[in-house]
Amino acid sequence: MHNERTRVAVELSQAAVSFGRGSKAIAALQETTLRINEGEFVALVGPSGCGKSTILKLAGGLLQPSRGAVIVGGKEVSAKALRIGMAFQNPTMLPWLTIERNVMLPLKIVRPFRADYRLKKNSEYRDRVHALLRDVGLERFANSYPWQLSGGMLQRANLCRALVHEPRLLLLDEPFGALDQFTREELWGTMQSLWLKHKQTVLLVTHDLKEAGFLATRICVMSARPGRIVDDRGVDFPRPRTIEKTFEADFVALNQRLRELITRSRTDTVIEEA
Amino acid sequence: MTYELRRRLSAAFLIFGFFLLWEVLCLSMQVSDLVLPRPTQVMETLISRFGVLWPHIVQTLWTTMSGFLLGVTVGVLIGAGIGISRTAYDTLYPLLIGFSSIPKVAVVPIFVLWFGSGSVPAILTALVMCFFPIVVNIATGLATTEPELEDVLKSLGASKLDILWNVGLPRTMPFFFASLKIAVTFAFVGSVLSETVASNKGIGNVMMTASSNFDVPLVFAGLFILAMLGMLLYVAFSFVERRVTGWATRREDFTAI
Ligand SMILES: Nc1ncnc2c1ncn2[C@@H]1O[C@H](COP(=O)(O)OP(=O)(O)O)[C@@H](O)[C@H]1O
Ligand SMILES: [Mg+2]
Repeated sequence: MHNERTRVAVELSQAAVSFGRGSKAIAALQETTLRINEGEFVALVGPSGCGKSTILKLAGGLLQPSRGAVIVGGKEVSAKALRIGMAFQNPTMLPWLTIERNVMLPLKIVRPFRADYRLKKNSEYRDRVHALLRDVGLERFANSYPWQLSGGMLQRANLCRALVHEPRLLLLDEPFGALDQFTREELWGTMQSLWLKHKQTVLLVTHDLKEAGFLATRICVMSARPGRIVDDRGVDFPRPRTIEKTFEADFVALNQRLRELITRSRTDTVIEEA
Repeated sequence: MTYELRRRLSAAFLIFGFFLLWEVLCLSMQVSDLVLPRPTQVMETLISRFGVLWPHIVQTLWTTMSGFLLGVTVGVLIGAGIGISRTAYDTLYPLLIGFSSIPKVAVVPIFVLWFGSGSVPAILTALVMCFFPIVVNIATGLATTEPELEDVLKSLGASKLDILWNVGLPRTMPFFFASLKIAVTFAFVGSVLSETVASNKGIGNVMMTASSNFDVPLVFAGLFILAMLGMLLYVAFSFVERRVTGWATRREDFTAI
């Protein structure tokens, strides 16, 4: 059990979130317990509005649980014990900065990088950004402005920005949700190789079951709102996984099983409400 | 280049055509210069009386610019306050809306009552005319940060000041410069308004006096001067705006700079 190498990165214990007060309170997340070990790639799937983003925000310290506790890197989230990178569906690049400067933004803010920002922004930090951009195939666009890039390219830049300060925990909220199927599958490959290289802990929220199966080492399925985790399983297809893999029988079977679980959890709630 | 040149030429041609039409219509219909002087008459007045007009131009220009600068300062401070703090927004916004719906002619007598006639009421009227668009634009610019970006930065441990400095302020710049262009023309309206009511200096006063003397060409000369000054300042601020915030307006031009 207490293997030295498996440390807990994120732990939600009986964490629940509700918005509003009194009779108008909306339960966004039921008491949830979830433990993510360091180096795991966890995908969180479930119907929309079930509280996936809420869990992500809890882990990122952007939201405090109404009840229960959230421990990240061994401390309460607000203590910022772990360096965190985040990326959302909307790439939110700043239009007045080049891609290089956009990706560098975390280094301007996160300790200890920020102390040397002025000194290193044209040397060490620049090289670091360029290395990342090369990994995602954007090297030629370092000096372009965001409006010159396509949606898929912006999302690659967004991943770079989330990774540039070498976070130990990466929180991704439907980062590929707005992309077309081909671009999305391309980015799965990019994401996988980035992860194989850096092995951070990743929590990925998605509604794409194929995406979850392709990327994750573990998949958690949530029920409809107010959400709770109804299924939690490992995914041990060998790496690196390919798009061809997603057409094989065992992958398809996993997909179908997940779909069933989500559909069932939805009809359950409908019956409860009736 | 050719397209740009053609655009400019056609614009210049149309403006010239407008004055030509005015001249021709006045001549052919024999309009008295007591009603509507011809552009050539106005120009003639402008040139022959320039020596007398010049001190008034300077007067109007300096009261306008002083009022404008004060208005920008006040506007930026209030706008930043409203954009950053929810409480400031809730308390100040209703007050400002109320204030901005007061016709500014009504406040001139109050300023005269407090400070006597002359430059001070002109500056103050320019100020109250021009600060409101700045407040609104600064506040809007600061308030439109995407929530996702704010989350990304907060998860990095960014302070409110970090976010303001790296995102809020740069994003506000286009709004700010757009509002400067409008504010400077409003400041003109304010100072001239005050001069017509309570001053013995400035273009507003010149026009008032000229109109009571039935010196209609001089009234129109005053109008011309105001229009020219307004345009000049507008162009100046547009130029600065394009230099500073090209990323928000003309992307193609911006890369060319
Ligand atoms: N700031 C908020 N105020 C009120 N309700 C919220 C807020 N944020 C989320 N919710 C509600 O909580 C539920 C879960 O939201 P979320 O975690 O964003 O779902 P999703 O699984 O689609 O990411 C939703 O029903 C949503 O309407
Ligand atoms: Mg969501």
